[in-house]
Amino acid sequence: MINEIGAFALVLALVLSLAQVGFSVAGRWRRSAVLAGAGAGAGLAAFGGVAIAFAALMHAFVTSDFSVANVAANSHTEKPMLYKVAGAWGSHEGSMLLWCLALTGFGAAVAGFRRGLPVGLKTVTVATQGALGTVFLAYTVLASNPFERLARIPIEGRSLNPLLQDPALAFHPPFLYAGYVGMSVVFSLAVAALVEGRADAAWARWVRPWTLMAWSLLTVGITLGAFWAYYELGWGGWWFWDPVENASFMPWLIATALLHSAIVTEKRGALAGWTVFLALAAFTFSMLGAFLVRSGVLTSVHAFAVDPTRGVLLLMILGVTAGAGFTLFAWRAPALSPGGVFAPVSRESALVLNNILLAAATVTVLLGTLYPLIREAATGEAISVGPPFFNLTFTPLMAALLILLPAGPLLAWKRGDALGVAQRLWVAALIAVACGLLAFAVVSPRKAMASAGLAMGAWLIIGALVELAERTRAFRGSRAETWRRLTGLPRGAWGMTFAHLGLGVFVLGACFETAWKAEAAETLAIGQTLNVGAYELTLDRIQGVDGPNYDAERATITARRDGALVCTPRPERRFYPTGGQTTSEVAICTQGASHLYVVLGERRPGEVWLVRAYWNPWALLIFLGPAIMALGGLISISDRRLRLAVGRRAVAE
Amino acid sequence: MKKLLVLLAAVFCMAAASDPSERLPDPGQEARARAIFAEVRCLVCQNESIDDSSAELAADLRLLVRDQIRSGKSDDQVRTYLTDRYGEFVLLKPAFSWGNAVLWGAPFVVVILGVLLLLRNLRTPRPYAELSEAEAARLAALADKEQT
Repeated sequence: MINEIGAFALVLALVLSLAQVGFSVAGRWRRSAVLAGAGAGAGLAAFGGVAIAFAALMHAFVTSDFSVANVAANSHTEKPMLYKVAGAWGSHEGSMLLWCLALTGFGAAVAGFRRGLPVGLKTVTVATQGALGTVFLAYTVLASNPFERLARIPIEGRSLNPLLQDPALAFHPPFLYAGYVGMSVVFSLAVAALVEGRADAAWARWVRPWTLMAWSLLTVGITLGAFWAYYELGWGGWWFWDPVENASFMPWLIATALLHSAIVTEKRGALAGWTVFLALAAFTFSMLGAFLVRSGVLTSVHAFAVDPTRGVLLLMILGVTAGAGFTLFAWRAPALSPGGVFAPVSRESALVLNNILLAAATVTVLLGTLYPLIREAATGEAISVGPPFFNLTFTPLMAALLILLPAGPLLAWKRGDALGVAQRLWVAALIAVACGLLAFAVVSPRKAMASAGLAMGAWLIIGALVELAERTRAFRGSRAETWRRLTGLPRGAWGMTFAHLGLGVFVLGACFETAWKAEAAETLAIGQTLNVGAYELTLDRIQGVDGPNYDAERATITARRDGALVCTPRPERRFYPTGGQTTSEVAICTQGASHLYVVLGERRPGEVWLVRAYWNPWALLIFLGPAIMALGGLISISDRRLRLAVGRRAVAE
Repeated sequence: MKKLLVLLAAVFCMAAASDPSERLPDPGQEARARAIFAEVRCLVCQNESIDDSSAELAADLRLLVRDQIRSGKSDDQVRTYLTDRYGEFVLLKPAFSWGNAVLWGAPFVVVILGVLLLLRNLRTPRPYAELSEAEAARLAALADKEQT
């Protein structure tokens, strides 16, 4: 019964989304507040409908109602409760429903947003959001309905892929989807800007919190995914330049570019057309990601829920939605005002360079992902584009961006003072170079590129601190004045400092871990030892463990350093009888910012076990950095400037 | 400082990471083999290198590469051997060929185009547009209102 309520609520949400479009368009056409209000109301109600449907699906998973096809295919009575709940979004159908929940949720947030937005702009935004909702809800209802019943009810479900039964992965999709779909609001605002013919400072200011929100969520989502790969796939890799990762990375890159170009539009009224273009592109890349992951056109370690026929439908949605957006852009963008002029050396120029490099990086990732398909379609030859390609193209582009980054915030608007910036940054440059040289001299084996990478990380961190010191006149003014300035700093400035610091922390971790990780593998009998890094690992015992839905062998290993006990990792090798899969449960000892990473392999003849161990120095920073960046985003959203009732003037018009 | 040295001296056992039953006796050759593994695709897997994959085919390919290296082939010869057998698909790094010119060239073309656009934008003088009559009147009205 609850299942039918869910199915009904989902169809109702579809109808309400359609009503949302109709009322809003009519409201804008006739300039009727009543009709526009009805459209916004329909948007709120549509969210309610999807929320009920989602709750119903979750109920089916929690109660293991195997009469529902989706539950039977992805759940199991013995599965732990967290993964029963997470199972609701672990499949294609469920994750589409989650997508729709986020889409209508953001739509409702825009519709319910009272302050600031001028009526015309808001109504068109709500209408566009409704149109997106309609398309995706129609797809969910007609082509991937999660509530379909089975005629013959199985006694037991087929369970979720054990690799996906993991806390990080349980929370990864909601964040990722909220980030992906958060871009839809930015898309809708861009469409509204084109329809209304205004993409001015006030508009850029409305775009900002939504972009920040989506960007922060996406950052968290991608990081959780990388963290999952790091400890679940069992060899300590965290980024593979895999198509699915790229699919989530491209909207992130575009959103990052958008955050920066929107600043120029907000402060100087320039780059309006480009900002609108990026706003359209961000959600387009989100949809492209959804298509790539689900269609099976690309092979991936993360591939799930693959179905080619549904892929074609998603491709059509992508084509129609993005096509409409960009057609509107081509038609209306020339009418947008060109904005203020600026000198070659200025904050504007720096931000434009940032955008050029980020755009080039996005094109690189896009081509790297799709080129094998294009080439195979054109010539029939299959090629692979893997990490070596990205290391040679993406990395130099990013390096250029990172070198320029600390200078950007120190440059003045309109006309900057290159010499002054150099004077402020030379200490940072000196320290960074010293860090790099020190790393080159001390850390063995010698690695020039990785040492340069460390210098880059130090450059970013110190550059961000120099900028903070400049703003607060630290070391120049009195201490009281610095304190006053520090506490009076707008949240947006803090957000930027955190985001840039976080990037520096990430660069440090990524370079150090990649270049200087150590590995060792041996077959060990009980009592034998293995050396990795400065650590000596002894296999003490192996015992059998009965998990809720798996059987496992658990090793107890003691890690010693110079004879002193450091920790006792307990890696497991799990066997899931339902699907017949084996997974390894890695044990990680955190030592400062570094990880001792231990994996239990298979048993070999003669009572010996394969044990693999990795010393991943500074690995924690890889995940800490993005967390700091996301925190920066959240701090920035809370900026007073974004909460003030901006654009009153526009409302009065 | 000494700590760092001790920690990182262990890096030399990098090549020991693969399955001990597969390993080559000569550490230098083994290290070369490992470097090649990272560039070779496990053909039946979902986009993994044979260094990472535990699939049977990956193990076979590792054996193949190790055999080649043991018999004294250079890295390039091993790569050629692999592409002759399995096609370009087997290498994760696409060749610098005309067929891949778009792929390798695009990032740089985008940067160059972007910079050219920026320069053009910087050079075109853009005087502030004159106010229309209505706007001028409105401005005057606003200024009056401000004064009173």
